Amino acid sequence: MSADTVETAGFLGWIDKRFPLTKVWKEHLAEYYAPKNMNFWYFFGSLSLLVLVMQIFTGLWLAMSYKPSAADAFGSVEYIMRDVDWGWLIRYMHSTGASAFFIVVYLHMFRALLYGSYRKPRELLWIVGVIIYLAMMATAFFGYLLPWGQMSYWGAQVIVNLFAAVPGIGEDLSVWVRGDYVISDVTLNRFFAFHFLVPFLLAALVFIHIVALHRVGSNNPDGVEIKYGPKGNRWDANAPTDGIPFHPYYTVKDIAGVAVFLFIFSAIVFFWPDLGGLFLEPPNFQPANPLQTPEHIAPVWYFTPFYAMLRAVPPMFGSQFPGVIVMFGAILILFFLPWLDRSPVKSIRYKGILSKIALGIFAVTFIVLAYLGLQPATPVATMFAQIFTGLYFAFFLLMPIYTKLEQTKPVPERVTK
Amino acid sequence: MKKLIIASVLGLIPVLGLASGGAHLESANIDLTDQASLQRGAKAYLENCVGCHSLQYMRYNRMAEDLGIAEADLRKDYILGEAKPGDQIRIPMRAEDAEKWFGVAVPDLTLVTRWRSPDWLYTYLKSFYADPTRPYGVNNVVFPAVGMPHVLQGLQGIQEPVMAEAHGAEGAAPVVTGVKLVQAGSLSPEAYDALVRDLTNFLAYVGEPMKLERQRLGWYVLGFLVIFFIIAYLLKKEYWKDVH
Repeated sequence: MSADTVETAGFLGWIDKRFPLTKVWKEHLAEYYAPKNMNFWYFFGSLSLLVLVMQIFTGLWLAMSYKPSAADAFGSVEYIMRDVDWGWLIRYMHSTGASAFFIVVYLHMFRALLYGSYRKPRELLWIVGVIIYLAMMATAFFGYLLPWGQMSYWGAQVIVNLFAAVPGIGEDLSVWVRGDYVISDVTLNRFFAFHFLVPFLLAALVFIHIVALHRVGSNNPDGVEIKYGPKGNRWDANAPTDGIPFHPYYTVKDIAGVAVFLFIFSAIVFFWPDLGGLFLEPPNFQPANPLQTPEHIAPVWYFTPFYAMLRAVPPMFGSQFPGVIVMFGAILILFFLPWLDRSPVKSIRYKGILSKIALGIFAVTFIVLAYLGLQPATPVATMFAQIFTGLYFAFFLLMPIYTKLEQTKPVPERVTK
Repeated sequence: MKKLIIASVLGLIPVLGLASGGAHLESANIDLTDQASLQRGAKAYLENCVGCHSLQYMRYNRMAEDLGIAEADLRKDYILGEAKPGDQIRIPMRAEDAEKWFGVAVPDLTLVTRWRSPDWLYTYLKSFYADPTRPYGVNNVVFPAVGMPHVLQGLQGIQEPVMAEAHGAEGAAPVVTGVKLVQAGSLSPEAYDALVRDLTNFLAYVGEPMKLERQRLGWYVLGFLVIFFIIAYLLKKEYWKDVH
């Protein structure tokens, strides 16, 4: 289809001559062929997008009544909860949405681990995904300061102090980040600005993520490339036989998934919004007090696996820096995953027993580290955190060995049911 | 296999002794639908507590509406001094004075049941005991070295601590494990417990005044989503007949 001749007529034809509306619709929805065997794990991509949009909208409405100043922030959140029409609902949706975002994204990432969705030719798709994850963590970190409760304040204090551990420039760096010697009104103001900005970068990254996905095509539970399989299906003679148009098949399927997700989400928002202190921590119902450190500071649950790793590393040469390196290393190592996996097959279905055990241990490790990060650092807890930190890194660093060693099963020519 | 690993790891957690301890809390048994209790609690709060503890995010008229208090009664029995029905419940005492008199800033209690818990508050109000070493002559089992005097002592009476030998180190100071009433107050123990429960109930309401409304709405939302899921699922099934 050249730029001058379009198949559509009338108003749509007028648009299509000036903007490729029909082309985009076809290439990305109506004639984007996705494997027909995508299962339960494939709901979490579209759910992540749903939660992102929900966070942007509820966030915008919260920003209409929120005041980013040390004197007014805490009170303005209570004002939203009590005096703004439906403010409590918007606020609980946003606070629950933050946790829900991490839950669906963790499941989305686990799906990639299960079926080798990071393998060639999807390395860039995976890398963009990891950058999205980093942007999400930044957004969540900035946002957690905004209610200006005790845990907001002291959590931010602990994390920003990590910058102070950088040798040489650390102290200056942490002052530069805070804009002050302690977390203060200045810090709150800039965190609010970033919390508002980064989600738009996040949305742009999600767009790039989807463009990259549609360039290489969706993976599936068998890890078989449908575009190298037989051609021709009931919709198109040249499309992959094992592919079905994303719209309407996966759109209707995802809508059913959305209903289930929203049921669980609403059950939490309406009946258990603090989730026993996991989604809203009790100390955060006290206004920030720079003179009174809480007995026990723990970040929100989605950061605790990394917090546990930070605390697991003992200070060396009087510096916390090694712990900081380990914590950031735990995230950065994800970038190298496409090249660490040397298995001849993609999907866990056809990998050998070693990969299955490794992935199982990894899943448990992540949950245990999340738990340990919520607990006070007793000697026993620290010892366990050290063991599981080792297991976390072993999953990645030993991957080139165990994926090479093991006996894999033959991969079928076509996708299975 | 995976389940086995999860089970074995989770099974380890309790034996690691990671769970934190703390004083035993009595159940406050709160009931936000009990308007009579909430009204008694509000009155008790405004008689005994509001001299020092504000409820700075709670408005009188919101309280009246939620608790079924008529405006005339609100003005007559509840509102303090010059305040108007739309005002928040504030205190006459200045923060600097409070700090001078009690050693600490007196906390606002709007959200006390959310950063503590209703059970904690209920137990706290029942756990003052005589301790001559403290400035106001009282201490508290669940809040050691508390700065607050026992405002309700005239109603409850005087309690003495029940001491027990500390576990572990030899010669450690004995620990307070409970309290016993040694001099009756103007209320019977049962009446005092009921008063404290009403107060706790009221403060639980104040901590989240929209709680009942949120739960009531929740059922409609979940009901809608069930119907929505059924329709979405049938639609999916119909479309996917082509694929299967």
